[in-house]
Amino acid sequence: MKSFNKPGFGTNRVVTGAGYGMRDWLMQRISAVVMIVFTLVVLVSFLFSKSTGYAWWAGLMSHPLMQAMAMVTFIALAWHAWVGMRDIWMDYVKHAGLRLALHVLTIVWMLGCLTYAIRAVWRI
Amino acid sequence: MSESGTDAPTPKRNTREFRNINAVIDLPNYRLPAAGFVSILHRISGFIMAALLPLIVWALDQSLTSELSYGAFTSMFSAWYVKVVLLGLAWAFLHHLCAGVRHLIMDLHIGMSKEASKTSALVVFAASISLTALVALKVFGVF
Repeated sequence: MKSFNKPGFGTNRVVTGAGYGMRDWLMQRISAVVMIVFTLVVLVSFLFSKSTGYAWWAGLMSHPLMQAMAMVTFIALAWHAWVGMRDIWMDYVKHAGLRLALHVLTIVWMLGCLTYAIRAVWRI
Repeated sequence: MSESGTDAPTPKRNTREFRNINAVIDLPNYRLPAAGFVSILHRISGFIMAALLPLIVWALDQSLTSELSYGAFTSMFSAWYVKVVLLGLAWAFLHHLCAGVRHLIMDLHIGMSKEASKTSALVVFAASISLTALVALKVFGVF
């Protein structure tokens, strides 16, 4: 079995070599900052706007710049939630088939929410 | 699994040893440090928000569609159980936000010592709980 003991093959295969660890770690932080910025913009608008209720909310969210920002935020949110949920499934669900099913469910869940959010934001 | 391994001898302490933690037997008396509570609640709050995301997007849709749907949406909050759900989501968001900011600060290698990590964990709890209390006062119409 000597030929299997080369680095990267057989029992020495690098199982964490897909390269998604660093990318996901970084994306989790970037998406977090995007969501914090959006939260702060909405909060500042709420605190300093003269109008209140629907007039304020619809006025804010009907601005194209705000709609684009909301879209970027929702994409960041869906990605962020996917990484987080996948980490939870990887930590607690040992059965490979069940885990795959939960991963697929999470992706469908997030894409469903994302498309619904896109419709809600651009419809106004 | 034998009790005596080839590990280096560790000094005897009067604390319980936890190995291969069983969620039912061990978790109720497993004492986490403050940072540990921040961490697990960060995960739980994230899970809650991800699970209720369709509800959140539906709320966004209702609040934006028209003044009529906005009115119908806001009048839903007169029911106490809707207030409780809103408050739960508010806590999840605020805790996740505060704990996340703590993460980002630690990524800059600030507050990495054991003491600083405990202090920042307590600050996260103080901030998220008082902000949630503020939301609660607003939701239940104190101001």
